[in-house]
Amino acid sequence: MTVRIQREPFDAAAEAKAITAGRTDIGAVVTFTGICRGSDDGQPVAALTLEHYPGMAEAEIERHVAEAERRWPLMGVTVVHRFGRMVPGDDIVLVVTAASHRGDAFAAAEFLMDWLKTRAPFWKKEERPGEAGWVAARDSDDDAATRWESAPDPTK
Amino acid sequence: MKVLYFAWVRERVGKAEEEIAPPEGVGTVAELMDWLAGRGEEYAHAFENRRVIRAALDQAHAKPDTAIAGAREIAFFPPMTGG
Repeated sequence: MTVRIQREPFDAAAEAKAITAGRTDIGAVVTFTGICRGSDDGQPVAALTLEHYPGMAEAEIERHVAEAERRWPLMGVTVVHRFGRMVPGDDIVLVVTAASHRGDAFAAAEFLMDWLKTRAPFWKKEERPGEAGWVAARDSDDDAATRWESAPDPTK
Repeated sequence: MKVLYFAWVRERVGKAEEEIAPPEGVGTVAELMDWLAGRGEEYAHAFENRRVIRAALDQAHAKPDTAIAGAREIAFFPPMTGG
């Protein structure tokens, strides 16, 4: 498991390569990158500033990676979440999951992203033309996360 | 006890962290929010809608009825919007 919170950009391809290098048992790697959009709900966004809770951010993500590793037979997981100011087109978050088969890698990546959106202590502030405001949490993100609570546990 | 504020809770309170010594009788997360809200105009503004504010005790998510006894660090923040 690799979990990093950093201001600097990341290299998604290099992070995926680091998991598979020298191994022949991995058959599937899913790489998800969340990117800063230039508009939200039809309104232009000039930039995003991500604030986080140092210490808890790492701990909370590590707890969810451990839960993903309990649910699916994963052979590698890397999560990188950036903080600071980002402009449209910049990468914000990276989730890489590796497994023997694609189903486990896809499911674990989606599980991790759904929990990251609602449980990892990060907050987005949007800069719009002439104003700045905190992004409101979305009910659709809460719904996406809570569906995993009732999802069948594949290990049982 | 150290208390931390994030995002718009931090902006409304006007500081990122402080040391507090709540009186006896303040036993839960919800009671601590009530006590903080009474500390002044900026706190009242920050904690005016307590139902939306989330809390963490020693860097783990906590519920309003979680006991705060023994906690070294407590944080208050809006619903998270990372990812």
